[in-house]
Amino acid sequence: MIRRGLLLTLEIAVPVLLLAGYAVWAARAQSFYFPPLGTIQERFAQLWLFERVPDDLLPSLRRLGIGYVLCVLLGVGAGLLLGVSRVVQQAVQPLAEFLRALPAVALIPFGVLVFGFGDSMRIFIIVVGAVWPILLNTIDGVRGVDPGMLEMARAYQVGRWGRIRGIVVPAALPRVVAGMRTSLSIAIILMVVSEMVAGRDGVGYFVLESQRRFAISDMWTGIILLGIVGYLANFLFVQAERRLLRWHRESKGLAR
Amino acid sequence: MSSSPPAVLEVASLAKSYPVRGGRTEAVAGVSFDVAPGEFVCLVGPSGCGKTTLLRCLAGLLAPSAGEVRLAGAPVRRPPPQMGFVSQDYSNSMLPWLKVDKNVTFPLRHKGIGARRRAELAAEALRVVGLSEFARHYPWQLSGGMQQRVAIARALAYQPEILLMDEPFASVDAQTRGELEDLLLDVWATYGVTTVFVTHDIDESVYLADRVIVLSRRPSTVARQVTVGLPRPRDQISTKELPEFTRLRTEVMRTIAQVGGGGPASSEHRAPPGSSRVAASP
Ligand SMILES: Nc1ncnc2c1ncn2[C@@H]1O[C@H](COP(=O)(O)OP(=O)(O)O)[C@@H](O)[C@H]1O
Ligand SMILES: [Mg+2]
Repeated sequence: MIRRGLLLTLEIAVPVLLLAGYAVWAARAQSFYFPPLGTIQERFAQLWLFERVPDDLLPSLRRLGIGYVLCVLLGVGAGLLLGVSRVVQQAVQPLAEFLRALPAVALIPFGVLVFGFGDSMRIFIIVVGAVWPILLNTIDGVRGVDPGMLEMARAYQVGRWGRIRGIVVPAALPRVVAGMRTSLSIAIILMVVSEMVAGRDGVGYFVLESQRRFAISDMWTGIILLGIVGYLANFLFVQAERRLLRWHRESKGLAR
Repeated sequence: MSSSPPAVLEVASLAKSYPVRGGRTEAVAGVSFDVAPGEFVCLVGPSGCGKTTLLRCLAGLLAPSAGEVRLAGAPVRRPPPQMGFVSQDYSNSMLPWLKVDKNVTFPLRHKGIGARRRAELAAEALRVVGLSEFARHYPWQLSGGMQQRVAIARALAYQPEILLMDEPFASVDAQTRGELEDLLLDVWATYGVTTVFVTHDIDESVYLADRVIVLSRRPSTVARQVTVGLPRPRDQISTKELPEFTRLRTEVMRTIAQVGGGGPASSEHRAPPGSSRVAASP
């Protein structure tokens, strides 16, 4: 109990101390690049509560959301197919390895060519870059399903589709979710990059645009906002994971 | 008991070999036997002799290389309906994301049985195996012996006409094992389900069976069939004290020794008859 309290105190105290340190230091340093904390705070409230939310934050979140959902659908769907069928996997594996090794941002010019400067291009970049952890983890998860479970289902006349739905998917889920988590952070990065490289709105675009206008405080508010978005997305993810995979966590904790 | 009732399960010249590097491993070579409706048959043989292979062929999980399995006259090509199956590695057949009752009803859900009926069947099966209080636990919260009982409950809830079991009690402690054996005999007597039970434990085979089929070393063939006329209901202590039990047990053991089982002949000297278990292989 005491230990937990101490840890929680630390968890809160460290960021607060860092912020206080910055406030004191920035106030004295008078640096152009590091505006005083008060100024950043003020600008943050003016910009993001909630004037620019519909202009920049919502478009960013929409791209991220659509792109990420597509990653999950494609990654899990293709991963199941590749994991279940050895033949399909043999045929597609080399291509998948190549595409995965390709840095997604290198495809931005191509994406602009095909999709123009709209959201489709940005969603395309997010999918091309962030689908791989989900795909590869799903394949691994499917491969790792205990043959004993499948044999039991087969002995009891559970059909192929029933075995996939009732055994393969839940058994692979812990790996799939691990992939989804990695994929989420990649998707956020690609959202920002795609907005910076070829954008007219979005938080990534706002950060770059503020820097060009020498509005350094504004730039920092955008960066902080991105940090908050990433932190919250991950937090929500972990909460969902805890509920969904309680059996996995606890069964592993119990197994000596 | 020997020949009069028509067989429900017929195994005819069954053979199975596995491809291995540079050839094939012959696991089962020409096994033939029949099982009558309601009969309890034990297959005994040393570890690695091909018992699991044989049982998986019976279950329609594995295609034989030669020969045939017929269930109620029809050739078995895939797992037949109304067959319960309990595998050697019970813990791997538990689905860790489902609670015990849902593990029990898993096959029923895919059989298209309604939720209410499923719940009834699960409650009944769990009551029979004495796990009613653990219906809402996860399988990994239970001991090995309890998980094995869940596997048996799953087979019971399926209402099988034939039950195939592969060394189901091999990895539980002696005390629990005796309890599970008696539980199985109770269930068998109550439901009259035809049972084929694989084991490498000679005592267990004689204690449970109407008939013990002794398999040779790999590749397995039927070395001998021993009819067990011990009275039922059987009892862990009084049945095993009977001179007939000792005689049957010795007969099975001798057969295994003759076909090259190795271990049992020597362990017979060390263990007084009936007082300890004798395995068909060290
Ligand atoms: N899938 C397989 N591939 C190759 N060899 C196998 C396979 N399964 C079993 N065997 C071999 O067949 C023989 C019989 O195995 P098994 O049926 O599991 O014996 P038992 O159940 O009596 O211990 C063993 O020598 C084993 O190594
Ligand atoms: Mg075996």
